Amino acid sequence: MAEVSLTTEVLQYVTNGVAKGSTYALMAVGYTLVYGVLQLINFAHAEVYMLGSYFAWYQAKWAGYLPDSKGARAETVPLYMVALFVAGAMAACALAGMLIERLAYRPLRNAGRLAPLITAIGVSLLLQYGGQVVFGTEPKLFPTFAETVVYDAGGVKIPNTNIYIVVTSLVLMLGLTFFVNKTRPGAAMRACSHDMRTARLMGVNVNATISLTFAIGSALAAVAGVLVAMDQPAITPLMGVRIGLKAFVAAVVGGIGSIPGAALGGLLLGVSESVVSGLWKPVYSEAVAFVFLIVVLLVKPSGILGKSVREKV
Amino acid sequence: MPEPVLELAEVNVFYGAVHALRGVSLRVNEGEVVSLIGGNGAGKTTTLATICGLLRPRSGLVTYRGADVRRTPTHVLVGQGLVMAPEGRGIFPNLTVEENLRLGAYTRRDKPAIAADLKRGFELFPRLAERRRQKGGTLSGGEQQMLSIARALMGRPKVLLLDEPSLGLAPLVTQAIFATIDQINKEGVTILLVEQNANIALKHSHRAYVLETGEVQFNGASTELRNDPRVKAAYLGEG
Ligand SMILES: Nc1ncnc2c1ncn2[C@@H]1O[C@H](COP(=O)(O)OP(=O)(O)OP(=O)(O)O)[C@@H](O)[C@H]1O
Ligand SMILES: [Mg+2]
Repeated sequence: MAEVSLTTEVLQYVTNGVAKGSTYALMAVGYTLVYGVLQLINFAHAEVYMLGSYFAWYQAKWAGYLPDSKGARAETVPLYMVALFVAGAMAACALAGMLIERLAYRPLRNAGRLAPLITAIGVSLLLQYGGQVVFGTEPKLFPTFAETVVYDAGGVKIPNTNIYIVVTSLVLMLGLTFFVNKTRPGAAMRACSHDMRTARLMGVNVNATISLTFAIGSALAAVAGVLVAMDQPAITPLMGVRIGLKAFVAAVVGGIGSIPGAALGGLLLGVSESVVSGLWKPVYSEAVAFVFLIVVLLVKPSGILGKSVREKV
Repeated sequence: MPEPVLELAEVNVFYGAVHALRGVSLRVNEGEVVSLIGGNGAGKTTTLATICGLLRPRSGLVTYRGADVRRTPTHVLVGQGLVMAPEGRGIFPNLTVEENLRLGAYTRRDKPAIAADLKRGFELFPRLAERRRQKGGTLSGGEQQMLSIARALMGRPKVLLLDEPSLGLAPLVTQAIFATIDQINKEGVTILLVEQNANIALKHSHRAYVLETGEVQFNGASTELRNDPRVKAAYLGEG
């Protein structure tokens, strides 16, 4: 194998990092949307991501696309089936997210900020350990949603899964931005994030808007769950813990409450982790998120794109 | 007797153990301006919040256009033309004047009519037209009050609830705002006006209720109440 130049190597890490960062970004908007409206850090969001992978896995299983008992991966799933599974996982996660809000957070709507926060941690743990009971603790092998093809761009290797991840995330993030800024339900979400009581006086159905916010964030987490599982096909009930933490940090670094901030924070984090891990040591990449967090909290506590005045989205 | 468009009958409201409204009864007829006056903590804001569904009465009746609305959510009432400009104005500080106004039309889908009403709002308050693209939070108190009323009008109210429009405003600005309130009423909007400033409220309303610690003490035609020695002594700083 030919010697790879440092530039190529760095470019390689950056492109890998963009893919990783895209999944962080998809997850980070879920934290940011809910925080924007409720000032609640929805720790259970990471577990909704996990559920997304499992929902897709079960659909693939029922459709007969799972690896056989010897662990050999089965035939590739046709594209329309993949689309169906992703849509199914999105719908199921949207429902799960709305249920979590309805059952765990809404009863505490007027109970201050600490009680819902602790409840969120509780829901997160419940789903982690409930997931181990229901799905088992053994990792499950995710079906092959796309035959791996690696493209070569001047020495930089780009696997097709990374392209899927980046394109899907980009389309969804743009779609979300359009939805929030240009549609009626989007206007309701923005109004609620500014001032829920006044939003109600404008005729906004606040409960429905909050449900919608959870549904959207959760559906995006489902997509992230499927995209990551395509890349790293072993899924476990605890798979949400790390990415959840990273995505949360990404949201805070970018400026919690801000959608472009979540995208930026996710990308920054993904790229830096990948570069640090490649040029230095993989274990150090785990620290990158927290270095970012500390630096941002010291320099600009509201996050890179966060507004320093008291406002939420 | 004319049909009331809004009516409270023996309404009791509690905040936990605090008994904030004690058997409040009042009615607002179509086309009227009715004022509700009283000092700090009398229960005026509580009355408005109960009317528009932000609070639920423990007992008593609230009827709007003949229907019991005690369990009707606020956003539904707004859609039915019961619209409030809240105490403290409730301006979205980070949205522009125009964005604030457009949110006032949230329940409506008739785009051309919304555009026409926006224009109408700017005619009613030319100050807002000049500041159309300015953030709500950068407006003066008086301008914010104008925006709050203009925004409520964007919801095409049948009954407009105004909570202390004179709060913190200079007398001249208050005069201007009340002149506009008169005009809005002349154009057919029924108004329930909450005020601490009894003087101006009685001048600009047909009838009035005086609230004290959650109970209606007096009510009657505003001109009569202005000459009532008890009201004069307690609320008009005379006698
Ligand atoms: N959220 C609340 N919790 C407990 N008590 C409340 C609450 N809101 C109002 N109160 C009490 O209810 C009573 C009526 O309050 P309300 O706000 O209706 O008065 P108000 O007439 O609007 O006064 P102001 O002119 O100062 O606005 C007061 O004694 C107040 O302390
Ligand atoms: Mg009040």
